Order: sequence, then C-alpha cells, then structure tokens
Amino acid sequence: MRTMFLSISFMFLSLCSVKESHAQDNVKQVIPSASIKNIKGEKVNSATITNDGKPILLNFWATWCKPCIQELSNLSSLYDDWKEATGVKIVAVSVDDVRNSAKVAPFINGKRWEYEVYLDENGDLKRAMNVNNVPHSFLIDGNGKIVWQHNSYAPGDEEKLYEVLKQVAAGQEVTGH
Amino acid sequence: MKTLLLLTCIYCFTLPLVAQNQSDGSIGGNFQIDVQSYSPDSLIGAQNVPEKVRSNAFLNLNYTKGNFSAGVRYESYLKEILGFSPNWGGKEGNAGIGYRYARYSNDDFDVTIGNFYEQFGNGMILRTYEERGLGLDNALDGVRAKLTMAKGLQITGVFGKQRSFFNVGPGIVRGIDGELLVEDFLKNFGDNVSILPEGWRLRFGGGVVSKYEQDTDPTLNLPENVLAYNARMTFQAGGLALDAEYAYKINDPKTTNVNTFNSGRALYVNASYSSPGIGINVSLKSLDNMDFRSSRRSQLTDLVLNYLPAVTKQYTYRLLTLYPYATQPNGEIGIQADLLYTFPKGSFLGGKYGTSININYARVHSIDSSRNLSDSTAIEGNLYNTNFLSFGRRVFFDDINVEIQKKWSKDFKTNFGYMRQYYLKELIELLPGTGAIKTDVITSEFIYSLTTTKTIRIELQHMAAEHRKIDADGNDKEAEKDPNGFTISPKLDNNNGSWIYALAEYTIAPQWFISLFNEYNYGNEDPNRRLNYLSGNIIYVKDALRLTVGYGRVRGGILCVGGVCRPVPASNGFSLSISSTF
Repeated sequence: MRTMFLSISFMFLSLCSVKESHAQDNVKQVIPSASIKNIKGEKVNSATITNDGKPILLNFWATWCKPCIQELSNLSSLYDDWKEATGVKIVAVSVDDVRNSAKVAPFINGKRWEYEVYLDENGDLKRAMNVNNVPHSFLIDGNGKIVWQHNSYAPGDEEKLYEVLKQVAAGQEVTGH
Repeated sequence: MKTLLLLTCIYCFTLPLVAQNQSDGSIGGNFQIDVQSYSPDSLIGAQNVPEKVRSNAFLNLNYTKGNFSAGVRYESYLKEILGFSPNWGGKEGNAGIGYRYARYSNDDFDVTIGNFYEQFGNGMILRTYEERGLGLDNALDGVRAKLTMAKGLQITGVFGKQRSFFNVGPGIVRGIDGELLVEDFLKNFGDNVSILPEGWRLRFGGGVVSKYEQDTDPTLNLPENVLAYNARMTFQAGGLALDAEYAYKINDPKTTNVNTFNSGRALYVNASYSSPGIGINVSLKSLDNMDFRSSRRSQLTDLVLNYLPAVTKQYTYRLLTLYPYATQPNGEIGIQADLLYTFPKGSFLGGKYGTSININYARVHSIDSSRNLSDSTAIEGNLYNTNFLSFGRRVFFDDINVEIQKKWSKDFKTNFGYMRQYYLKELIELLPGTGAIKTDVITSEFIYSLTTTKTIRIELQHMAAEHRKIDADGNDKEAEKDPNGFTISPKLDNNNGSWIYALAEYTIAPQWFISLFNEYNYGNEDPNRRLNYLSGNIIYVKDALRLTVGYGRVRGGILCVGGVCRPVPASNGFSLSISSTF
C-alpha cells in the first residue's frame, strides 16, 4: 500500500512538473522541416519559409477541394488590404498528388491568386504538421510560433481570422479563440 | 527493494517527459475517430453487419527536437468501417502501432529509419503513401537517406519492406533516385556560370527500383529481382512548363497481369502555360503492363509500389463522382486538356467581382495491343504485342466538362456546370456484360450570405443516364430490351438510370455546419428501387477540432479522396467523427 502511495505521489509530482514547464513554454513549433516543392517543381525545405518577422498564414488546400477554393478566393479579395495592415504573407500549400499537381500553377494563375504556393505531393509537410483534412490553416507569428489554427472553411471564417491576425501583427497575445 | 525498483522505473519513465519540456523539444499530433452504426436496409442492399457499430481510429504523435524527430501512429479497426479492406480488422478486429519512425535531418542529409513515405519523380516506379480516409497505407519499413551531394544535386536511397495492413509484405524493395537542377548545379563552378537565359529552368532526374522476392512457383521461371527505372526532365521558361517522364519495368509475371512475361512501359508528358487570368494544361499518358507491387500475389490496393494516376478530371460534385475513371495499369493511353480563365474584374463578362470558366476534356483508350481485353483470365503463351503510344480501338472513358463560377454581389455567388461522359463500365470495373454508360449531368450551386458569418448553400444536380450494350467485337450498341421495356443487355446494377440530387447547407462561421441532402434514383428501371438516399450532418468546429454527427442512407458507390478511389457499400445508420490536431 505504502509502495503504491509513494509511486502515485511520485508520478503525480513528475507530471506536475511537466505541466508547469509546459505552461511556461508556449512555443508549440515552427514550420517543421519537410521536403516540398516550389511552384516550379524544385525541392524546397519547408523550414526555410519566412516572412521577415511578420505573420504567415499557412493554408493547406487542394485543387479538388471546393471549400479550399472558396476560402482562397475569398481571401484573395482581402489579401492586399491585409498585407498592408498586418504584413501577413499567405502561403498556400497544395496537397494535390501527381494526378493534379501539374495543374496547380495554371490553376493559381488562372484564378489570379497572388499567394506563395508550394506543392506537398506526398503529404510530407501535411504529416509533419499533423494535418488531417484540407482546408487547414495555421497562423504563425513573427517568431515562428503557431498561434492559431483552424480546420474546414465556412464563409465568414475570415472575420475571425482577421481579428486574430491583427492581434498577432500588433504583438499581442492571441485571445478568445 | 521492491519500492526502490518501482520508483526508479517511474523516474526513468517520467524523466524524459520532464526533460523534453525543459529544452526546445515539442510534441504534436492528431487523431481521428470514426464510428458508424449499421441498420438493416434490404431495399438499398445494405450488408448485414453483426457488430451493429464499427469504428476506425488513429492517433499520431510526433516529437521534434532540433534536427531530430520521431513519431508513432496507433491505429484501431474495431472492426473496420464498411468499404475498408476486411484485412484491416480481420475476423475479430485489430489495433496496434501501424507506423513509427525516427529521423535526423540537416541541410546536407536526412536519414529516416522505420516507416516512411517516398516518391521518385511522378511516382511511376515508386510511391509509398497513405490515404487514411480510404484505408490505404503502403509505407516502406526500413531505412531512407537523402543526401545533397552538391548545390542542385540530390540523391535519395531507400531499403525496405512494404506495409501490408498490420504486417509487411514478402518482397524487399531497394531504390535510388537522383535529381539535378542544372542552373543551381552550375553555381558550384562559379556564381556567374549559366547556360540558360535568365528565368529559364531545366531539371533532370532518374531513379532505379528493384524488388526481390523468392521464386517458389513450381512451373514458371519467375524473375526474383524485378528492376524498374525512370528518366525524367522538366523545362520551364516564364509561364511555360514541360514535364516528361519515361518508366520501364522488366518482365514481372504475377496475378494482376495474368502472368505475362512482357516488360512494362509508361510515358507521361505534361505541358502547361499560364499567365495572370489564364491557365492551360495538356497531358498525355501511355502505359503498358505497369502494375508494380512488392508481392506477386497481392491484389487490389495491397502492396502497390507505384502510382499511376488517372489523366481525367477529379470531380467533387456528388453525381459527377458516380462513375469515376480508374487507371488501367495493364494498358491504356489517355489525353487531357484543361483550360481555366478568369475574366478581369470590371470587364463585360467579369462583372464587378470576376467570373471564372473552366473547361476540361479527357479521353482514355485501350492501348493498341494483341491482348484480348474481353477475356482477362489468360494471355496466350504469356506474351502479347503492343504498339506503345498507339491508341487502341476501345474507348474506356470520354469526358467533357464546363464549369462557370460567378460572384454576382458581395453576398451572392453561383457555380454552374455541365458534363457529358462515356464510361466503359465492363472494362474499367472488370464486370463483363455490364456494358457502358453515357451520362449528361448538370450541376448548380448557389451560395448566399445572410450576414458576414451566416451563409446558405444550395446544390442541385441532375444526371441523365443511358446504358449501352457492348457486343462481342467490342462495338458500342443500343441496349437490348424485352417487350416490356426492361433491359436484357447490358446487365444493370442497383444504381442504374437517372438521378437527381439536392443539398441545403447552413453555416455559421467559424463553428457550425448543418446540412441535409438527398439523392433520388428516380430513373431506376426497377420501380422498387426508385429510392431516396436522405442524409443529414451537423458539424461543429473549434479551431482544429472537428466533430461530425450524421444520420442517413449512403448509396453504394465509389468514394474518392485525393487521387484514389475505393468502393463503398450501401449502408444506413448513424455516423460520428471526431478529429483534431494538437
């Protein structure tokens, strides 16, 4: 009995210390290193994606995903204003595999989108960032921390996103999400 | 003594957890739990499921510290949801660690041990990947190294055995692949060394894959080492891109190619041009006997080593997915052309908010060969002749699609589409006597925002279907009917005839989705099968958490995710799905 009590106390203590140190450490992760391709099809290490200390909106999408296209179309009309106000860069990572990946560049251009686009043909970055389904967005602050994320898209999501983005750009703690 | 031992164990176990948080290491992951209940429904042909409720689930955990990362995935199939291969759950259900790896990477090299997913070029000789929604996972289990030899030159090498459900297959897979970016590579010899004009890019690549599997066949002398290779190049100048890959595989007799001793070949060429507002893409793919697996006896999606995507448009509107084309690895030749144009805002057709038009055409034929396509059970003498790159007489698939998207005002948007398709069911699905299906589909979608966060979306679709007979010589003929008007030939399935589909969805951003949809097979030849498939879903989203509750009938059909499809049987019942990223 005593053994058990001791063990449990010890385990509890250990776990408390884990929790405590976790609370102090809000750094979740930066963009992990995975082999993706740029729009020219050249291999790029995803960890090198930066925006000079300003926020990045990293959006996973696919050409066959209707809500993704709706989201990126709606963001496209807001992008200039958002860039001006917050300095944000939108990085659109296509998870299309080789069936459709050659269509991504013509698609982006055909839609007149001005995002920085990458191809994650075999899902390496998708896996490294633990993405289940597209669309999935991550908001990354100037220090490379993921401060907000959202799965799926409904029209109007950008309202909430913009609130969070303004907080991030102003260097404030992200609240209320 | 016992106490001390126990304490030591606990300390050792918990220390790494504590330690990891004191440094920069981080843990992340995701999970998904799908639960489905099955009610008897003989009308739609739902299978009897003795367990009544089934569930698939997985959880990924990834640990990263600096250049080091490691992870595991726990998976459970208790038992597998209908449509997944019954090998997942086996007789009594299955659960366990399906994937684990450790990886170290820096700027020059990247080494992984354990499970990994890899793709050489376009994947025609090697692609291991996962599609969890379809129950596909052919990860290699072994070791992979990627080395950057010099600026612009990267080499990847793999050794492994392939995952087959909770086991590995019998074959050993070895592969090496190199990629050379010409302009970057020349920079090794000086910053100004260049052979191409400014902005032009040229890339070469090549890979070799070899599979070893013992020959235990009593009659045939089978190659134990099967070699496949590819060569590829990409050229880019401004908005123009040209991509070509050729792959070859030595003779590889096995179940799926009816033990032919022919070698395999594949060619894929893609050209695209784009500039702001316009995107054009044209592709050609020809392949002959390119089914490549790490086991001669595996079938369907098990132990597939390469990826041969269809050169057809990937549809998402429900009725457009009723007859999706699947690549015929034993031989096909296809072309596809795709045009996307966005009219400038403010122009006559563009209006205030812009209009997009997308036209896609795809056609796939048999490859010109001496193979008897109608009898897939034997090849005389285990050999046949092929005219590679020549269109054969049989049309597998022909499809034209036009879609127009227009935003009328800040609050209102529409998408209209039309598709005409020809689908040679009896050869694509290997179901002799089922003939071909000609369809005309109209799709429409209306999106109206009531407020900035509340939106209504309506979809209406109609499919007119005509079933065609294919005679003994492979000619397309009108269906043969009896005096009462019932079709004698081709053989019809449960979902024959015309369909209508309607969906209404109400969303409150960023959290709620409520949708109701119905598919009605009103044109079914059998009046008792003119059924409604009514379903409803409520989805709650909070950041990366997604909770879906659904109820309804699901029609049997083919479900496609990414570029891959699997058959899903008809079912009726509740569904629940929870997923999140942490």
